[in-house]
Amino acid sequence: MFSEQIELRGHIIDSLILPKVLDEILTNGGTFTIREITIGKQRHDASYACIDVFGPSPEVVDGIVRRLRQHGAEVVEQTTVRVAEAPADGVFPPDFYVTTNQQTFVNLDGRWVEVQPATMDCGIAVDLKTHQARTVKFSQVAKGMLIAVGHHGIRVMPVQRAIDRRSVFEFMASSVSSEKPKSAVIREIAAEFKLAKEAGGKILVVAGPAVVHTGAGEHFEKLIQWGYVNLLFAGNALAAHDIEYALFGTSLGVYLDKGALADEGHENHVRAINTIRAAGGIREAVSKGLLRRGIMYNCIQHGVDFVLAGSIRDDGPLPDVVTDVVAAQKLMRSKLDGVTIALMMGTMLHSIAVGNLLPASVKTICVDINPSVVTKLSDRGTFQAVGLVTDIEPFLRELTEFLAQPASTAAVREPATRA
Amino acid sequence: MRKLLLCPPDFYGIEYEINPWMDRNQGASMPMAREQWQGLHDKLKALGCPIELVQAKPKLPDMVFTANAGLVVGNQFIRSNFRYPERRGEEAHFEDWFAQRSFEIERMPEGLFFEGEGDALFCGETLFCGYRFRSDIRSHRRMGELLKTLVISVELVEDRFYHLDTCFCPLPDGGAIWFPAAFDTYGQRAIRKHVRGLIDVVPEEAMHFACNAVVWERNIVLPAGCPQLTTSLEAKGYQLHPLPMTEFLKAGGACKCLTLFIPQRV
Repeated sequence: MFSEQIELRGHIIDSLILPKVLDEILTNGGTFTIREITIGKQRHDASYACIDVFGPSPEVVDGIVRRLRQHGAEVVEQTTVRVAEAPADGVFPPDFYVTTNQQTFVNLDGRWVEVQPATMDCGIAVDLKTHQARTVKFSQVAKGMLIAVGHHGIRVMPVQRAIDRRSVFEFMASSVSSEKPKSAVIREIAAEFKLAKEAGGKILVVAGPAVVHTGAGEHFEKLIQWGYVNLLFAGNALAAHDIEYALFGTSLGVYLDKGALADEGHENHVRAINTIRAAGGIREAVSKGLLRRGIMYNCIQHGVDFVLAGSIRDDGPLPDVVTDVVAAQKLMRSKLDGVTIALMMGTMLHSIAVGNLLPASVKTICVDINPSVVTKLSDRGTFQAVGLVTDIEPFLRELTEFLAQPASTAAVREPATRA
Repeated sequence: MRKLLLCPPDFYGIEYEINPWMDRNQGASMPMAREQWQGLHDKLKALGCPIELVQAKPKLPDMVFTANAGLVVGNQFIRSNFRYPERRGEEAHFEDWFAQRSFEIERMPEGLFFEGEGDALFCGETLFCGYRFRSDIRSHRRMGELLKTLVISVELVEDRFYHLDTCFCPLPDGGAIWFPAAFDTYGQRAIRKHVRGLIDVVPEEAMHFACNAVVWERNIVLPAGCPQLTTSLEAKGYQLHPLPMTEFLKAGGACKCLTLFIPQRV
């Protein structure tokens, strides 16, 4: 993505020059962010707007800027990003630039370099020799590392928005209600899953143990078997209860098929964890034939990568669980490349944690029975979030039904977005 | 009292082509041009307009179009920076004329094109300014700063209507005559938003430069060949004075282009 910064001055509001300029940017294949705008207070006061213009190629941006010049736009001199050395390991310099989850660029000697990956609440480490910029968390900051400071020479690229018709990710954005027409929304989500799979995008699922408790495991397994899950982020509980169910038929001691409590059922999940610990891990339990069904079994069998992150309330935990939270976060970040859809189900804290790691461009689906959880998850500063207040089992059942249908009946639409 | 500045067509002629009206093969008849200019001069005088004359200079055939000399507001003369080199020689002569009469001279920064009253017309308290073919929109910003007034910048999109005064003519009651198709949609919206009482000119009459009219109190002096506009303006109580302007239309000008208000705004 290439960009140029322009300024407009004068009576640009009354003359409709500002809307004209913005429309010209869009109709000529660009996008924009308004960096600053000052509206004149008195009738004769001039207004001012500073706009970042983005386009897919330098030619497109140049073409747009050439057109905008005749409407009075002036190109702002590019300034190189300012950097300062990190004063100590794990400490950013004062006035460091704090990232958003949107695509960001820094200007290094006149060239705009993309900061990777787009992650919120980080700093930007700049390598002046290799002309690279990357987001870094506190834990990655080393003393002397060059960190971007201030706001000069830094641009944020707006998220692309669909232009043909409003997709489910826009009309549902942040408006969470149990009153929404769920079936239509789930059908659209299924269509997005199919599009993502065809386009080679990765689908990330963040799941809590409620997936197992509600009996939705079998639908989730179908998603895995059909290739709709590329990456699973979860905690110890999802895996432990899934394995409990696989080994004993219960989840938290309740028979999922009968809904009845098993005798001494409360022990089952602990015994399940012990079995896996004895085997040396989930993968080992599968290869030894101890674990023969369930979500984790299917992940192993279908090559779905997973990260299980620990918490202080974990039983066990399973040997596969990463108990150092900083290490877990680092591992999760390292696997996000290529993720285009994130489905988050039945886990508030884990979902928020993952939401903070995702670029705004990732389409995010949050499913929870508790409306406040869905609101929190949807409201992550992303333009493309859809929230559904529902039990997970009916959601996944319906999603798998739509995914099982041929493409024509699942409301597949062409992806049409502006570059 | 307001005056009008005119320049006799002593050296007028189609000697170059800087707008689609000009065609060196279709030259103007000099005797007819003189007669038509004299007709305008005499009509304005008869209507009671005080008239000043600036001496025509050789090799500056378009100096006759005094509207493009600059913009006069109060005692300030904001001198034009012509886009085409063919007309730049006029700048110094007009500047001298105003300087000799103790006007404050304001110049636009070099290279910032501005073609005077041709592209800058007050309608009520608002200054409407045209851009793209001749004036640069950045000159409008300078005007707003100099005059401390709201400037509405409108883009001209039809090359036959290359100056604002060829497609927009404010009236004393706050309305205006205009040819909407000469503006882009944003300009049309901006004008509609800021001007109450717009009178649309039909394309045939717009091509006769119906909008290029001199408005003096309730009198409107406009090129002949605009019967529909004449009827609608007469219905509003204006006295219409159509004059033959064929020889000046060949250069893309008519009544208004041949006159400059001193001042346009007191």
